[in-house]
Amino acid sequence: MDTWEFYVKSLIPALNQGLLMSVKIIVPSALLGIAIGVLVGAGRAAGPKWLKPLLNAYVSVFRGTPLVVQLTMWYFGLPSVSRWLGGYLGPLGLPEFTWKCLILSPYAAAVVAFCLCSGAYQSEYIRGAILSIRKGQFLAAESLGFTKAQTFWHITAPVAVRRALHGCGNEIIYLIKYSSLAIIVSVMELTGQSKSLGSLYFRNFECYCLTALYYLALVSLATIILHLIEKKLEIPGLGQAKA
Amino acid sequence: MSLELNKVAPAVGAESETKRSQPLLEANRISKTLGGKLILDDVSLSLDRGQRKILIGPSGGGKSTLLKCIHFLNPPDKGDVFLDGKSAKDMSQSNISAFRQEIGMIFQDFNLFDHLTAKDNVAIALRKVKKQPKAAARARAMEELDKVGLSDKAELYPAQLSGGQKQRVSIARAMAMEPKLMLLDEPTSALDPELIGEVLQVIADLAQGGMTMLMVTHQLDFVKHLTDEIIFMENGRIVEQGNPGVLLDAQSNSRTSLFCAKLTQLSSKKWTPGNFM
Ligand SMILES: Nc1ncnc2c1ncn2[C@@H]1O[C@H](COP(=O)(O)OP(=O)(O)OP(=O)(O)O)[C@@H](O)[C@H]1O
Ligand SMILES: [Mg+2]
Repeated sequence: MDTWEFYVKSLIPALNQGLLMSVKIIVPSALLGIAIGVLVGAGRAAGPKWLKPLLNAYVSVFRGTPLVVQLTMWYFGLPSVSRWLGGYLGPLGLPEFTWKCLILSPYAAAVVAFCLCSGAYQSEYIRGAILSIRKGQFLAAESLGFTKAQTFWHITAPVAVRRALHGCGNEIIYLIKYSSLAIIVSVMELTGQSKSLGSLYFRNFECYCLTALYYLALVSLATIILHLIEKKLEIPGLGQAKA
Repeated sequence: MSLELNKVAPAVGAESETKRSQPLLEANRISKTLGGKLILDDVSLSLDRGQRKILIGPSGGGKSTLLKCIHFLNPPDKGDVFLDGKSAKDMSQSNISAFRQEIGMIFQDFNLFDHLTAKDNVAIALRKVKKQPKAAARARAMEELDKVGLSDKAELYPAQLSGGQKQRVSIARAMAMEPKLMLLDEPTSALDPELIGEVLQVIADLAQGGMTMLMVTHQLDFVKHLTDEIIFMENGRIVEQGNPGVLLDAQSNSRTSLFCAKLTQLSSKKWTPGNFM
């Protein structure tokens, strides 16, 4: 098989398939990550007192341990927990899925790991953005008769979103790249496809170069989209987080 | 812009009223402890409709805290506030919101909403709190901006406005809510000297319109023309209150006049305040 044929008939179709899988991992992980980040970040900045230690613990664990370890735990670790749980729940007459649901498919394990890890980082940006809002803004809103909830939606959120956007965007770009870790739980995304073809045809260099270009394209696309959103939401004097 | 303070109509004082009605605002024996320190110690004051009073006193005396207590932004520990005879204590959340809507507050550092244009700063509370339709709220906002001479700046964001312009927008924002009473906490003290006049002019216009006001300020010449009464506060207590002509008279040896003399002395060292002092 000559080089051209290898590229057109094998490598590119395989990488395209991998790309599709990567996107299927990245998009839900990013969206869920943002959603978790917003909830956790808002809870940490403005939530009830009893909730804060729980949320802080979540963030410490997921930012403080390697993603590879987390991912491995979700995929390889949970089935043991499931077996152990089954030993207790089975005799109680509970249906099997109450413990079998802990056995995740490779794809599910990847999405769970990525969105939980990403959410922990996102929450930091959201929390910082909310805390950066000056106290006077809340005073002014309350003095006009805004309730706490109205103040949050109409005053806090619009500013926090803009202040957090840049950091959250960066985190999504990281996510695009660390989605390649899904290979360790045998998801055939971009990196997985590349590795298997590369070693099959002894063409690692070309395979990985092309794969890198695919990631570069994804990241560039995300950067452009994020930039457009930032431009669209831009308000004079608001972009830079103030002390 | 020249200040024409003398044109301001004489305030309707308690004396000039034929029958004594209940005051518009009554703060009754307010105490407040913050950070373990007694900041307000049994403070009472009242304002009749159309009355204007000035609160002065040394820094840390509790003036800002008193305004926040009156507005229930920072509810007092002891005592109560009555607006039109209605008690603010033990109000439900929605009644507190209604209570606050009837009182406008102007802050030293403006506190405009950074993410909204001048127009939307004025319109947002009309829309979200008073539930007015967007178009109506914006039209009303334009009217109010016009009154403070800023209709041409309606589409600008706070970061694009000067300090004086920001403070005028914040006055328009408060006035759009049609408050019965305005609390002003050093509305000009964060401004460069050359911007003070435009804000004082707007405040003089409010006074002309008969607005009831309680204002913390050290703009003393301005004080004399506009007010019925000066209240001197120190260490969380009202130590003197009375007619500005009497209290500010250097011969009177009042605490107020001594304080004011020191103030003038200090400020004349730093800058020349032009025609306001
Ligand atoms: N949240 C708080 N916690 C603790 N102490 C506070 C708090 N807010 C204000 N204080 C203290 O209360 C005292 C009165 O403050 P306040 O701002 O009411 O004074 P002020 O008369 O407005 O002074 P200024 O002329 O400097 O504005 C000050 O000693 C201040 O340190
Ligand atoms: Mg003060």
